[in-house]
Amino acid sequence: MSKTRVVITGLGATTPLGGDVTSTWEGLLAGRSGARRLTDEWVQNLAVQIAAPVAVEPTEVIERVKARRLDRTAQLAVVAAREAWADSGLEDSGLDKERLGVAVASGIGGLHTTLSNYDALQQNPRRVSPLAIPMLMPNSSAAYVSLELGAKAGVHTPVSACASGNEAIWLGLDQIRLGRADVVVAGGAEGAIMALPLAAFGMMQALSKRNDDPEKASRPWDLDRDGFLLGEGAGILILESYEHAKARGAKIYAELAGAGISADGHDIAQPDPTGSGARRAMQRALSEGDLTPADIFHINAHATSTPQGDIAESIAIRQALGKDADHAVATAPKSMIGHLLGGAGAVESVATVLALKNRVSPPTINVDKLDDQIELDVATEQRKLPDGDIAALNNSFGFGGHNAAIAFKSI
Amino acid sequence: MASTEEIRSSLAEIVNEIAGIPVEDVQLDKSFTDDLDVDSLSMVEVVVAAEEKFDVKIPDDEVKNLKTVGDAVAFIERAQNG
Repeated sequence: MSKTRVVITGLGATTPLGGDVTSTWEGLLAGRSGARRLTDEWVQNLAVQIAAPVAVEPTEVIERVKARRLDRTAQLAVVAAREAWADSGLEDSGLDKERLGVAVASGIGGLHTTLSNYDALQQNPRRVSPLAIPMLMPNSSAAYVSLELGAKAGVHTPVSACASGNEAIWLGLDQIRLGRADVVVAGGAEGAIMALPLAAFGMMQALSKRNDDPEKASRPWDLDRDGFLLGEGAGILILESYEHAKARGAKIYAELAGAGISADGHDIAQPDPTGSGARRAMQRALSEGDLTPADIFHINAHATSTPQGDIAESIAIRQALGKDADHAVATAPKSMIGHLLGGAGAVESVATVLALKNRVSPPTINVDKLDDQIELDVATEQRKLPDGDIAALNNSFGFGGHNAAIAFKSI
Repeated sequence: MASTEEIRSSLAEIVNEIAGIPVEDVQLDKSFTDDLDVDSLSMVEVVVAAEEKFDVKIPDDEVKNLKTVGDAVAFIERAQNG
């Protein structure tokens, strides 16, 4: 049975580099860092005092009354979803909303709401917001995006830590291929730059402690990397069946060829050092997309800047692509935007789609001295991608041993 | 003691903050649900904010009787005088 072809017809993002796709993409190409030292009072006694907050506050974009009903994570999701939806031109296309699905992931959920309502509870239980539950639940972002757009096919929220955003795209692809929807609004969001996550990831020794030099903190593949930089933001992609997109004459960015999911079955936090789980995810994405390693010219790596994770992924890429890894440019957007947790895979999928469309790989910054255990073609400057039919991979891995790889194809 | 108009005006600001209803629309004869489109969860927020603003207690059982802005203002006046 031939697979339904699925394409990308709209993009949206709000990130540490900009409040939309264009500014984010320009920032990535320019090698700009979105990191900064936090100056809030709550950060003063934390070991880690750096992060990559969004460039544009979502409350500047969303109507006041609506914004106060949304957790920060859902605000970010709605901002990106509105942009992607407008970009797709679907609003005036006569799309049957019962054929419109949503898959918007979050790693943590509405943590701002959880924490602020816990504080309110300590003062007076009647100060707990009656909206606290719909705001803190992990599916809140997906639900509000569906309300915003009137989407009436399934509304889904994959939760797989830092693989969540990619898992949402995997799920959306399946919904269309299984005939359950013609269009799925897919992506992820996270707004969790707060004391608790900074302290908790810090206690795990997962975060960079370069407080005095925030823009140098996230340095995937560099020998002196010491952990990831916490970012925030959202990315949304409009997934649409090729037939549906063609029939309405839609602008098509790229094809969503395949998606692969696997589990390490190794450890709750450490990656499998053999890279076997990540390798299987990439191989599944390729085989599902009828692609071979020879087709891959660009890899958006998970590459968080942790000592072990970056090496395990490099091993996995080498195993998945073999000698063809030599002609695949590896890029690590987390060097610029930090780690967006549940938003990471989605924003980086937006970047991967744009790399294919514009035939250029963004640089990876802060690679002053490439770790010799990293056997990848790391580009520290923009790199032009070849013409003709090419494909790209985007990897995301999460605590719990979740691996999710997405394969996109030029069109 | 706050006048009826002062209470209505303060309540209107609360309703505006929570539900985005223009303050000039929050008049004594208006129904919270039918005229102002304040949903039940927003109404809970309005009640709690009003309790803090006017230093009164509005029992949950009482909220269903507060159908109009005038009902709420009258309840607050009675509670303040009581």
